[in-house]
Amino acid sequence: MKKISVIDHELVPEHIVLSERDVKSLLAKHHISVGELPKIKISDPVIKEIGASAGDVIKIIRNSHTAGKAIVYRLVID
Amino acid sequence: MASVKRIQRIKFGLLSPKEIRRMSATKIITADTYDDDGFPIDMGLMDPRLGVINPGLRCKTCGGRIGECPGHFGHIELVAPVIHVGFAKWILKILRATCRKCGHLLFDEMTKKEYLDQIKSLNKLGQLTDDVVKEVFKNATKIRVCPYCEERQKEIAFEKPSMYIEEGHKLMPADIRDRFERIPDEDVEIFGMDPRNARPEWMILTVLPVPPVNTRPSITLESGQRSEDDLTHKLVDIIRINQRFQENTGAGAPQLIIEDLWELLQYHVTTFMDNEVSGVPPARHRSGRPLKTLSQRLRGKEGRFRGSLSGKRVNFSARTVISPDPNLNIDEVGVPLKIAQEMTITMNVTPQNIKKCKEYVRRGPDNHPGANYVKRGDGRRVKITEHNCEELAEMLEPGWSIDRQLMEGDIVLFNRQPSLHRMSIMAHNVKIMPDKTFRIHPSVCPPYNADFDGDEMNLHVPQTEEARADARTLMKVEENMLSPRFGGPIIGGIHDHISGTFILTRGRKLFDKSTALNMLRKSDTKDLTMPVETINEQPYWTGKQIFSCVLPEGLDVTYEAKMCENCEACKKEKCEKDAYVKIRNGELLCGTIDENGIGAFKGKILDRICKSYGVTEGRKFLENATQLAIRAIMHFGFSFGIDDGDIPRETQNQISSVMVDVKGRVDRLIEAYKAEELEPLPGRTVDETIEMKIMQELGKARDLSGSIAGKHLGHNNSAVIMAISGSRGSMLNLTQMAACVGQQSVRGERITRGYEGRTLPHFERGDLKADARGFVTSSYKKGLSPTEFFFHAIGGREGLVDTAVRTSQSGYLQRRLINALQDLDVKYDGTVRDTTGQIIQFEYGEDGVDPAKSDYGKSVNVRKIIENITGKEVV
Repeated sequence: MKKISVIDHELVPEHIVLSERDVKSLLAKHHISVGELPKIKISDPVIKEIGASAGDVIKIIRNSHTAGKAIVYRLVID
Repeated sequence: MASVKRIQRIKFGLLSPKEIRRMSATKIITADTYDDDGFPIDMGLMDPRLGVINPGLRCKTCGGRIGECPGHFGHIELVAPVIHVGFAKWILKILRATCRKCGHLLFDEMTKKEYLDQIKSLNKLGQLTDDVVKEVFKNATKIRVCPYCEERQKEIAFEKPSMYIEEGHKLMPADIRDRFERIPDEDVEIFGMDPRNARPEWMILTVLPVPPVNTRPSITLESGQRSEDDLTHKLVDIIRINQRFQENTGAGAPQLIIEDLWELLQYHVTTFMDNEVSGVPPARHRSGRPLKTLSQRLRGKEGRFRGSLSGKRVNFSARTVISPDPNLNIDEVGVPLKIAQEMTITMNVTPQNIKKCKEYVRRGPDNHPGANYVKRGDGRRVKITEHNCEELAEMLEPGWSIDRQLMEGDIVLFNRQPSLHRMSIMAHNVKIMPDKTFRIHPSVCPPYNADFDGDEMNLHVPQTEEARADARTLMKVEENMLSPRFGGPIIGGIHDHISGTFILTRGRKLFDKSTALNMLRKSDTKDLTMPVETINEQPYWTGKQIFSCVLPEGLDVTYEAKMCENCEACKKEKCEKDAYVKIRNGELLCGTIDENGIGAFKGKILDRICKSYGVTEGRKFLENATQLAIRAIMHFGFSFGIDDGDIPRETQNQISSVMVDVKGRVDRLIEAYKAEELEPLPGRTVDETIEMKIMQELGKARDLSGSIAGKHLGHNNSAVIMAISGSRGSMLNLTQMAACVGQQSVRGERITRGYEGRTLPHFERGDLKADARGFVTSSYKKGLSPTEFFFHAIGGREGLVDTAVRTSQSGYLQRRLINALQDLDVKYDGTVRDTTGQIIQFEYGEDGVDPAKSDYGKSVNVRKIIENITGKEVV
């Protein structure tokens, strides 16, 4: 059976692993530490697929009813 | 200031006899409370070591005064162990799951380890172990022979509330306790219990903790007689029986008597914990009133949790019936004088306001804006009376404070339950009025969801300057005109306001000067525009012009009125229904003002004014418009009576021929169905198809009869005016009154239930005709036939049940949602966070828009901006 990639599904928004510099500026922008970010489990299918590791910050660009495109960030946890 | 402390964790467990003794300030041995001199007896139930209740004394245990000393537990040594009723079910489960001889849990080592691992991993994850524990008890009970000592397990029966019978032999609490003591710690863990905090044998009481005296204060009656708390009474009973038990065992009484006493002790301890256990007669007071013991204090609506912690009664509040007063401002509330005289606002006397304060005090409590109390510099409160008011006014000096009566212009919070959204509590200005009801402007009914059929509302008086400032800036009615739910007005004209403007602005009605001015009398309008016409040298104004007088200058709005029929090609200004509303520079050029103009939830004009001119202007417009509307409707006169639904014989015949027609068509459908000639619709069975087709035909027939009746009643009929202007009722309601009630349904289908194959014995089995399945041909006015009436009752009852179920379900759903979201807030950087600072949303609503300040949910109305700048209409 052919394995399908969840990333290709139209309902799965774009996930990008943030670079260290971007993480720093994100945390500075909101005056927070990584612990205050929303979390995503490392066992999440998309996270598995893009191969992020615990402690990474993921940028998710998804469609939004109100704003058109919305950007959210999540911290990968065990 | 005390530092804020965060609760790290809460541990629940059972109290061990050791711990009860350790925390006990004294052992209680006598059932007496006070001696003849009125002093508490040592080691009695009111022992001074259990805490202080008399003011001025110090606690013998901790040295604290009243209010400082938290109270201290005592204990009673029970002669024989008794069951704790709260754990009766647990005791039974553990008895059945463990060996009666060696005390081991009845699983073999392997199974035990499996379950223990499961429980440990769940505990580590912080998840509930309930399901595993349930399974453990279920499976362990099935094992009949102990795998360790090979003892055959006996069947244990349980008799409520606390009797355990092992194959005909009664188990005494002491036996059970012995068995539980034999259970090894490892096995206890498999029950989901932590053996360090909760050993099973602690469910059987050998020592009873005695609650501190301040949990059960005694009251001194006027006669000087002391009256003890219910808990104290119960404890007296326990101690008495305990003593008798001791004496009897010491004297070597026969087993029968011992058992009786044991049972009695069990009864008293049980009712001490919970006086509403099923199977136990409740312990009663001498007067016959059941005692209120421990669990009664906590449980239920008036219990500690729901009654004292989640919700409590408050001071500075009033409640009475509401009634309408269209002459009030929208942000006012009429407060009865009697209530205003009882409710107070504390004023601190300063050099600046001392003159005013003296005046209030001098007026005394009976002379309306007066004062009820003064608080002197030393903190003493003095009640102001007719006799001492002059004297107190003279003595008044800065540093004192007075309790001034509520007066005109004060701000108060007004609330109607259920408080489902934030508009359920709004701030109003006080208007003092005679009589005994709160008066509100009818326009604020929609946000409160109030009517005047006996509704009561609550009023609260904010007591600090900060609270009043909050109320003024955040909670005023005008601040809540636009709903955060959909970004449109939630407050607007209702009923007569809409009918009034509708009649006034429809068509081209002419009014002479005195009529025009009379209509505008109560509004703030300063002058009339130029008259449109002069007849017999008298100037005349149109209704549209009069309405334009209350519109703010420069207002531009264009929209379709409620009665717009969505014609394929809109004729705009030339609409013969006058349904195209165009306002330019504050003048109504064409169109009729109806629900879509000034109505609550829908008012476009109101919406535009609130957003372009500010909410204060919006409020003023609504006040003026409603005043104008009421004067207009009074000018024309507006009523609806039974004969307004009359239709001439001719039209009635037309309607009945429609009914005969449809019955014929239904009959033909049934014939086709019976002859199996009916084509099923795609994806439907033939049975479903016939039902759908019949329903369709009947629906069409009802609509047709409705339009025939509607046409005949004409556009000047009051009910028609109300229906098309949107002020009350619909054309459907009118159809049902005048022409045909239509199909009654249960769950969206025609009525089929009742007897075997038929709804009523009046019909044949399998009759699919319209009238056999709940179609009501008659109108309400004509009256329903007996069978029709019955079907109508069925349909009506379903509606009633539906609303009842829906409100309770949606209420609970909303409660859960609110409980989950109540601690989240939008921070200044636009993020939504919880109390720990965790980010929930990076931008509120993902777009950072406050829906209450938005244009129907959108942050900008591009069309409006372009129109404003270019001055051209955007299609």
